This record gives sequence, structure tokens and C-alpha cells, in this order.
Amino acid sequence: MAIFPPAQRIWWKEPIERSEILWITIALVWSLILFFMMPYWHLVGEQNLSNEAYRIKPDVFAERTEAMADKYTVREEGDTGTPVVHPPAGGDIYMLARLWEWWPVLELEKDQTYRLHLSSVDWVHGFSLLPENINIQVHPEYEMVITVTPNRAGEYSVVCNEFCGIGHHTMVGKIYVVDK
Amino acid sequence: MSNNADFRICPDTGFKIHLPADKLIKWNAVTAVVFLLVGGIFGLGVALTRWPAVHLLPADWFYLALTAHGFDVLLVWMIFFEMAILYFAGAVLLGSRLAAPKVAWVGYWMMLGGALITNIAVLRGDSSVMFTSYVPMQAAPDFYLGIIIFAVGALLGCFVFFGTLVIAKQEKTYEGSVPLVTFGAITAAIIAVFTIATGAIILIPTLLWSVGYVGHIDSVMYKVVWWAMGHSSQQINVAAHIAVWYALAAILFGAKPLSEKVSRMAFLLYILFLQLASAHHLLVEPGLSSEFKIFNTSYAIYLAVLASMIHGLTVPGSVEAAQRKKGFTNGLFEWLRKAPWGNPSFSGFALSLVMFGFLGGISGVMMGTEQLNIITHNTMYVPGHFHGTVVVGSTLAFMALAYWLVPVLWQRELVFPGLAKWQPYLFGIGMGLASVFMMGAGTLGVPRRHWDMSFADATMPYDFPGAAHLMMGLNGIAALIGGIGGTIFILNMVGTILWGKPKSKAAAEPEKPAAPAQPTVVSGYGSAGTMAVPGTFTLAMVFLVAFVLYYFVNWKYLAGVWGLS
Amino acid sequence: MSDEAQGDGANPVDEPIPFMQQVLDNPFLLLFIGITVPTVFYLIWGVMEIVSIPIAD
Ligand code: HEM
Ligand SMILES: [Cu+2]
Ligand SMILES: [Cu+2]
Repeated sequence: MAIFPPAQRIWWKEPIERSEILWITIALVWSLILFFMMPYWHLVGEQNLSNEAYRIKPDVFAERTEAMADKYTVREEGDTGTPVVHPPAGGDIYMLARLWEWWPVLELEKDQTYRLHLSSVDWVHGFSLLPENINIQVHPEYEMVITVTPNRAGEYSVVCNEFCGIGHHTMVGKIYVVDK
Repeated sequence: MSNNADFRICPDTGFKIHLPADKLIKWNAVTAVVFLLVGGIFGLGVALTRWPAVHLLPADWFYLALTAHGFDVLLVWMIFFEMAILYFAGAVLLGSRLAAPKVAWVGYWMMLGGALITNIAVLRGDSSVMFTSYVPMQAAPDFYLGIIIFAVGALLGCFVFFGTLVIAKQEKTYEGSVPLVTFGAITAAIIAVFTIATGAIILIPTLLWSVGYVGHIDSVMYKVVWWAMGHSSQQINVAAHIAVWYALAAILFGAKPLSEKVSRMAFLLYILFLQLASAHHLLVEPGLSSEFKIFNTSYAIYLAVLASMIHGLTVPGSVEAAQRKKGFTNGLFEWLRKAPWGNPSFSGFALSLVMFGFLGGISGVMMGTEQLNIITHNTMYVPGHFHGTVVVGSTLAFMALAYWLVPVLWQRELVFPGLAKWQPYLFGIGMGLASVFMMGAGTLGVPRRHWDMSFADATMPYDFPGAAHLMMGLNGIAALIGGIGGTIFILNMVGTILWGKPKSKAAAEPEKPAAPAQPTVVSGYGSAGTMAVPGTFTLAMVFLVAFVLYYFVNWKYLAGVWGLS
Repeated sequence: MSDEAQGDGANPVDEPIPFMQQVLDNPFLLLFIGITVPTVFYLIWGVMEIVSIPIAD
């Protein structure tokens, strides 16, 4: 019994029942499949996070984001005062997280590829693109660069899903994807 | 040195129990249950707030309650109970005296003091930072201080456990190898030492930062080291509750491990690889390479998942073997049908085993896959997953053990045996459903740790589909059912200890859980390795099919979202 | 298989304990490897990667 010491002085040499060996073999094969799915998806899949990241001072990141907004703002989002920015396809785009907003609103073109830069200027935030359900952690002083290719036109929201203080549940931004 | 006057012989089990160990086990277990009550109340407050139609608490109270809930149940309830398990598996199962009971008491009071300090800091309202306390968000210094004191106390408990192993060996209180359950407890204690050490590495500088002696803490670095503690502490729970499963199989059925070798090797895989899974929390973090993520999140090629799948076969397999030996040999499942489903120790154990695998295990592997984490990270899927592991898995297993341990240690009858019969079903199925509904909401993108999914105060609100609101409502209802189950458990435990009738020696009902005092009750107690267990094998294959299907469905889901590279 | 408590079963008393069983019977060896493996593969590797993140130009 498992609550008493093993009866035999040497238990290492006991035979193992066939179904147990069979199960261990099956489980091992499944473990290998689970493992190789990840590198496999890096080769053939279209959803992989890049490993591109930099250290960056929050004010530098804010400057770059503002520079993009100054150049490519096309309108304002409702009466929120937040600019809607339509950067050229294929280029670098920035989204900045701060208490408690995602800034600015981006307008992207369907099936175009962008280099999305994400960072925070204060605390840790969570970039959650809905209804896609793409979730990425955003840290202060680190900039993550992800190549994104929106595949459907429509209106998307960016919800914050890392707790960031009492206004956390109000932190929602937007991304529009338009047909060209 | 101790003499025989320091021991008592347990009338139910024949175990020789060192009196100081007896007292420590009792106090740690009782304290654990009290914190389960406190944390459970906060949990209900949280669940009822996240039920959109109820929305019970205001925002600041919600975040406060969520911080307290995470801390009190995940750390305090679990680790106090695990201290009781360590002392039980060390001193009682080995028939040994406990090493340095004084140190164990210092550990106990430090844990209690630390838990109170942190709770007070949270209740004061200036430390609602969640139990993960990601920097640069800052809590009051005593929030960190309390956790550190708690952790050091727990470390002392681990040292006492290891010391007890040494004493038992020196004084030859047992021969050969330690029992398998004790080996599982060793696994838990080893993981605990790593957990606590990394906790100190990260929380001490954070404490210094909160009082101004350290200028800056890097937020990614913090997360890496913090989760070496945070996730490993979950692995203590897993190792401990699997040890409890083996113990319950032995106590309830006289079951022998199918093979000592296989079960112990599976625990060894835990010791080696389980803790690497801390990387689960870093899969969408900037700056960590895919190589690091893949190697660590997969526990080095899923060897710890392999170990869990092995335990998943050998635990019920040992029960099947024992039942078949008793003559329940008809068909595949007579052994299971004729099991004591009305005994809460058994039903709790059985539900814990099944739901830990199907709910917690499958979802955990899915979510811990590098790319699949993108579609689950920080959504309600995450609490859904871990209520499937640490609540219906570990907590329910500990409850099942308590139904046996408390009457035996206190020598009292359960006060509400009728209610106890239903309790594991209410708690297990209630929280199991809660886990499923939370995962459902997470699949629709509902964020975790979030006060208002209707975004009433946001300037650009997002409209969740009705199904998402429905899921969170159903979660609230399921949480209520689970809460009733939890309440019955606590009433039974506290009531039994305070007012339970002393056990009469003669009365031995057929369903009463009791360990056979003499190994002769079962014929020999080597491994049961030569028994075929076709029923368990069939169940295991059902599990595998569910696992494979669910896993690939999620890849399909991922393949549909925006291209990312 | 012997029915006696703590019996020696089928193994003669002088047969040496197999290596792996000795490893599994040694909690302090297990403690050592249980701390070393995650420290090296998770903590040290992880911290090294963060430290080597380049600075944005
Ligand atoms: C009556 C029983 C319980 C109920 C109703 C309950 C409910 C909940 C709910 C609704 C959440 C919130 C999710 C969110 O908004 O992010 C939550 C979080 C959590 N629960 Fe429970 N729970 C219960 C028991 C437990 C137990 C026994 C444990 C551990 C042993 C546990 C561990 C946690 C943890 C660690 C969190 C995450 C806290 C955080 O995000 O910081 N819960 N629980
Ligand atoms: Cu935020
Ligand atoms: Cu937030």
C-alpha cells in the first residue's frame, strides 16, 4: 500500500503490467506531438509572435507614437479627442498604453502587413484585440514589435486585460480595418 | 530525545503518532480551513460581481476582494494544509518523531503572522495589486513583508519535514524505502523549497523598493522571477494532491500502487521538470526567445505531462486492481459502480481525479502551448483553467482527505454525515461548472480581473456578445452552488472538531474509511503490477481522445485570426 | 511475494540495491537536482535573455 514502505527491499526490478507500458508509450508519443507542434507552427503557421523587442525609454516611445500621429491623423474618434491615424500600409505603426487608454486609434488596411510597436509609459497593461482574441502583454520600458496582417475588415476594440489600477475596466481602444 | 510516552497509537489505523506532530497537523489543518472560509467569501463576492446582472461590489472593493481571494486561498489555505500533509507523511506514515517541533511552531506562527499582516494591508485598501503584485504598481510595504514572513515560515516547515526523514532513517522507524505517499510529499517539499527561495529573491528587493531603498525594479525581470515562485507553488499543490490521491486509494481500498517503480519515476519527472512551466506566464511577453518559451513551457518535451498522465492511470488503476481482487470483476466497470460513492472521502477523491484531468489538465496544456497562449492569455480562460486545477483538483482532494483525517485525528464522529455525503458533489460540480463557464467566457475574450465587462465608464466601450454575459452569469450561479458546497465542508470540519461525538470504539460502519492497521488485510502489499486494469485503461483512452480533439480544435481557432509574425 | 511486514520479498538480503532505486531513495540528492534544473533552465536562461535585449536605436 502506498502509505506503507514497499514490501520488497528491491522494488526496482518488479515487472510492469502490459497495459501500463502501453499507456506510457502512448502518452510519450502524445507528448512528442505536443512538443513538435510548436516548432512546426513556427515553420508553417501564420500566427507566431516575433522575438523582436527593445529596451526603450517611455518618453522616446511616446515621441515616436506622436510623430506617427502628427503625420497621419485622418480624423478624430467621435468626441473622445483621440486621433484616428491611418499610416501607410507596410510601415511601422505604434500603439501606446497608459493609464487608462490605448493611444491613438489606428486605421489599417485589410490584408496589408504592418510592424506594430507596443509599449507602455507607466504600468504593465494587457493588449487584448477583440473580437479576434489576440492577447499580448505590454510592459513599460520594453518595446515589442509584431508584424500583423489584419485579415478581415471591421471595427476592433483593444481592451486592457492586465489589471492596471482602479480605471483598468475603462481602458479600451480601437483599431479599424478598412478595405483598400 | 523522545520516548514512547510522546506517542499515541491511533485506534483506527494502528499508526504510531508522535504527539507534537499530532498537534501541529491539527493546528495547520484548522488554520487552513479558516483561511479557506475567508478566501471563499471573497471569492463569492468576486463571482457575484462578475455576474453582470448582479454586479455586487463597487470597483475598489472588487479589486480588493480579488487580491484577498487570490492570496488567502491560493497561498494561505493551500500551504497551511500542505504543512499538515508534510507532517503527516513524514512523522505519521514513517512512525517517527517529528524533527524539532519547536522550529515547526515558529514556522506556524510566522505563517499565521505573515498571512494576517498581508490581509490587513489588503483590507486597508492601499494594496489592491492582485496577489501577483506586478511592478511598477506598488503595494504598501507590509503587503510584501507579510508574504515574505509567511514564506519563511513555510520554509521552516519544509526543513522540519526533511529533518524528520533523516531522523526516521537513523532511528530505523521503517525499513527499506519510504512509502510512496511520503515520496510524493518529498516531491512537494522539494518544489516548495525552490518556490520559497525564488519568492525571497524577488519579494525582498520589491519590499526594499516599496520603502524607497531600491530605485527601480524591471517589470519583465520581476515577472520571470515572480512566476518561478508563483507557478511552482501550484506545482507543490499538484504533487501534494497526487500524494493524497495515492493515500486515499490505499486508505479506502487497501490499494497497492500498480508499480512502485513507475509511480516514483513519474514523481521524479515532476522534480526535474514541473517547475519549468513557470514559463506558461511569459508566452506573450516581450524579449524572451521562442527557444526559451518552447523548452520551458513544455516542461522539456512535456515530460511532466507524461508524468501526470501516468499518475492519471496508476491511481485509478490501483483502485481497480484492489476492487477486482475483492471480487468486483464483472465487465469493465463493476469495480467502479460498486465503489463507495456515498463516502465523501471517495467521491471527493474520484471527482478530483476526473476533473483535474479533464478540466484543469487539458486546458492547461492547451493554454501553455506557445502560440495557443495568444488566444487565451489573461482572459477568463485562465481563472477557468486554474479553478479546474487548484479548486476541483487540489482543494477537493484535500477536502476528501480531511473527511478521513479529521475524524481519525480528533477521534470524533462527523457532525453532519448526511450533508457530507452531498458535499463533494455540490462543491465539485459547482466549481467544475464555474471552471467551464469561465473558460467559455475566456474563449469569447472576456478579460480576467475586470470589474465591468459592459464598459459603462469607457469612452470607447466594446460590446461583448450576449453569450459572454450569459457565461459570466452562469459562472455566478455555479459559484453559488460551489459556495454552498464549500460552506458545508467548513461547517462539518469546524463542527466535528468542536462538538463531534467521541468515536465509539466498536462501531465500524461498512463505509467508514479506515486504513487497515495490518498489511495482512490485503494479501501482501508489494505492487499490484501483475493485475490487468482494463476499465482504467478504457477511461484513460477516453481522456486521450478528448485531449487530442480539444487541442487541435484550438489550433484551428488560432489559424483563423490575424496573421502575426 | 512475502506477506510479512517489511519483509525482504523475493530479493536475497545481500543483493545490491539498483542504482536508480538508490537515487530515488535519496531525498537530498533529489532536492539538489530539483533546485538546479529549474534554476539553470528557467531562471538563469530567462534572466540572461532579458539582460541581452538590445536598446532601441
Ligand atoms: C467558493 C469558491 C470560489 C469561488 C466562487 C471562486 C471564484 C473566483 C472568481 C469569479 C475569480 C475571478 C476571476 C477574475 O475576475 O479574474 C477567482 C479568481 C481566483 N481564484 Fe477563485 N473561487 C473560489 C475558490 C477558489 C479556491 C479554493 C482557490 C485556490 C485554492 C481559488 C483561486 C483563485 C485565484 C488564484 C484567483 C485569481 C486571482 C487573481 O486574478 O489575482 N479560488 N475566483
Ligand atoms: Cu491597462
Ligand atoms: Cu488594465
